[in-house]
Amino acid sequence: MSIPVLKFDAVIVGAGGAGLRSAIQLSEAGQKTAVLSKVFPTRSHTVAAQGGVAASLGNSEEDHWHWHMYDTVKGSDWLGDQDAIEFMCRKANEVVVELEHYGMPFDRLDNGKIYQRPFGGHMSNFGEKPVRRSCAAADRTGHAMLHAMYQRNVKANTQFFVEWMALDLIRDSEGAVVGVTAMEMETGQVVIFHAKAVIFATGGSGRIYYSSTNAFINTGDGLGMAARAGIPLEDMEFWQFHPTGVAGAGVLITEGVRGEGGILRNASKERFMERYAPNAKDLASRDVVSRAMATEIKEGRGCGPNKDYVLLDITHLDPATIMKRLPGIREIGIQFAGVDCIKEPLPVVPTCHYQMGGIPTNYSGRVVAPKNGELRAEVPGFYAAGECACASVHGANRLGTNSLLDLLVFGKSAGDSAVEDLKLGKAHRELPADAAAQSLARIDALNTRRGGASVNETRLAMQRTMQDHAGVFRFGDMLKQGVEKILEVEKAARQLEIGDKSLVWNTARVEALEMENLIEVAKATMISAEARKESRGAHVRDDAPDTPEHPNGRDDENWLKHTLFSPVDNTITYKPVNMTPLSVETIALKTRSY
Amino acid sequence: MSQRTIHFKIYRYDPDKDAQPYMQDISVEVDSTDRKLLDALTKLKAKDDSIAYRRSCREGVCGSDAMNINGKNGLACLTDLEGLPQPVVLRPLPGLPVIRDLIVDMTQFFKQYHSIKPYLINNDPPPERERLQSPEDREELNGLYECILCACCSTSCPSFWWNPDKFVGPAGLLAAYRFIADTRDQATNERLDNLEDPYRLFRCHSIMNCVDVCPKGLNPTQAIGKIKDMMVKRMV
Repeated sequence: MSIPVLKFDAVIVGAGGAGLRSAIQLSEAGQKTAVLSKVFPTRSHTVAAQGGVAASLGNSEEDHWHWHMYDTVKGSDWLGDQDAIEFMCRKANEVVVELEHYGMPFDRLDNGKIYQRPFGGHMSNFGEKPVRRSCAAADRTGHAMLHAMYQRNVKANTQFFVEWMALDLIRDSEGAVVGVTAMEMETGQVVIFHAKAVIFATGGSGRIYYSSTNAFINTGDGLGMAARAGIPLEDMEFWQFHPTGVAGAGVLITEGVRGEGGILRNASKERFMERYAPNAKDLASRDVVSRAMATEIKEGRGCGPNKDYVLLDITHLDPATIMKRLPGIREIGIQFAGVDCIKEPLPVVPTCHYQMGGIPTNYSGRVVAPKNGELRAEVPGFYAAGECACASVHGANRLGTNSLLDLLVFGKSAGDSAVEDLKLGKAHRELPADAAAQSLARIDALNTRRGGASVNETRLAMQRTMQDHAGVFRFGDMLKQGVEKILEVEKAARQLEIGDKSLVWNTARVEALEMENLIEVAKATMISAEARKESRGAHVRDDAPDTPEHPNGRDDENWLKHTLFSPVDNTITYKPVNMTPLSVETIALKTRSY
Repeated sequence: MSQRTIHFKIYRYDPDKDAQPYMQDISVEVDSTDRKLLDALTKLKAKDDSIAYRRSCREGVCGSDAMNINGKNGLACLTDLEGLPQPVVLRPLPGLPVIRDLIVDMTQFFKQYHSIKPYLINNDPPPERERLQSPEDREELNGLYECILCACCSTSCPSFWWNPDKFVGPAGLLAAYRFIADTRDQATNERLDNLEDPYRLFRCHSIMNCVDVCPKGLNPTQAIGKIKDMMVKRMV
């Protein structure tokens, strides 16, 4: 069968925040670029981000990128690479101002500048007290941002392939990336996109967990493709559980609610965060707040008939403030909890939200992997940005509002790096003869397999396993069992059967292909988590408790290093954390408290 | 958890195998954790994986799962199962070509959106910092920028049904006014010129179906009225 080949300078996979930001760089530089997306760009999950994007604009009070950098390193529990973190925090003002110039409808202060609100873990003067650093458009920042960037791309004439699903990464015999295969969902047609530069901006994979704030489309497609192409995945044991998902529904309630003065309360109405984080209280870092909530619930102080959630209270705020700053949250409360937050507190639980790990990159957005003894060798032609990438700026725990910043800064730098490489004027590398073989085999198996596993049941088995064995609190024996279980699920995921064999808009086929990506992420997560025998950031295990020698269970002597999971043979290697910033002094290791 | 059954009548059409569309009677068991129509559809899809519909965020912000629900356009993820008359009749959004089942071809809808130049036009050299805008001027954008492009409005509009190629439709016109109303935009005249035609703007007859169905509570008719006012003022 002959497969059509479309030739571009650059192909961007994903049209969320990171993909759209890099597309702007490429389109405005005049490079022939294709942007592939499973959904119309404004339906990407960046649209659901609420609370804001971090930048030390200092519009309401003094702020400095160096303070932001300190907070991010501390938030990462020192696992973040300090060169990348300095790069991101220094670039923040520039990329936020650019967005404003694109037309983003930020809220405003009386003096006409961008409105900023406090957010968890963002402090002034190296950890002293909360600072207003989150630039917000009400509680719809992601929506406003995604639409503004899509609009800028319309202006720049970016070429979109909407409702196309990328299937596999194509590498040549030297390991260079030369394109992707993709399927047009409307027709089922598989096509090769041959390119000099491939940028992955495929977002997160939160759907590996049963309870998640993530959209249905967040299935780790980029990670699955990278894994199948032999690229290792970095720090996959670190998953953020957002403190405030709506109990039962999982829908996100922004940390901006606490930024505007919201308070978490247990069954006896106590503001329990005062006990866990006496200084920052409800605005401590997300991992700290989620663990505090889980502890309250575990120790019987949860609310409701089953004592299985806590309350997020803003009934003391002026209703006018709620309507102005948090109108979307009020709608979500009414829709998904049956609660009007002006009158009653919202029931919330920690919910899987964000993947700190991903495809390893440097701060230029170039993918790096071990080669011939070099731990950070660039993979020619391959770039990644946003949640699918690991630069690594979030380390073991991401601060709120740093994800939107990440996708802007690294979306832009990945785009710039691709433009820089394209300007060298090299020809397309040749496609390997079997460029589409893997994709066609996967599709063919789904077309013909009988007696295979159900996609729905396999996905549920994976999600339950992840939820039970790799949640907010982790246990050595449960992780060991989790590895066995997830390897069992993997067997089923390699033998999926679908009922629908149609070529036209076959969503069953899409879900099966997504499941093949999800399982790569789930496996990487469980095996990496089992292997890391310390507690750090969002990864906290019972057999690495808080002791005087190892405060918070963190063991820098043995574990201040990044995990690299090799999907080829399920093995793990490690690489050192980059503790050397670009221009300032190292932010020295310290016990983390808020 | 208490189980109950939801009965559906769903528009089915797969051009790969069906000679023509038909309505399928089908039901599914849901429990008390299934609050929304999309929850029931997810369970239904687990039972019959051939039912095709778009969905993503499941919280009413991505605009994917717009469909015609018991005769009225809406988002499945924001439609309560409680109190929903049964059988729940689901059809694709009206007025656009059907690709398969509940999935319509939205090309025409986005073409109209793109036709209004949906991006900020400001030809001054960008300043080093943000452009200033007063909170009052920013407030003018409320009720305009929140559109999720779900197409519930345009596909409920008779004027759009008759002239989808010539009438911009409520979603596109709401977006047009979003830029006209933005103090940072400098292209008001050009934007009005772009709509000065018997169809593009003036086919709106204030039927207000758009307002009735908008899942975000927006008011395209009001925005269209403001554009018409500006047109008139410009003429005198």
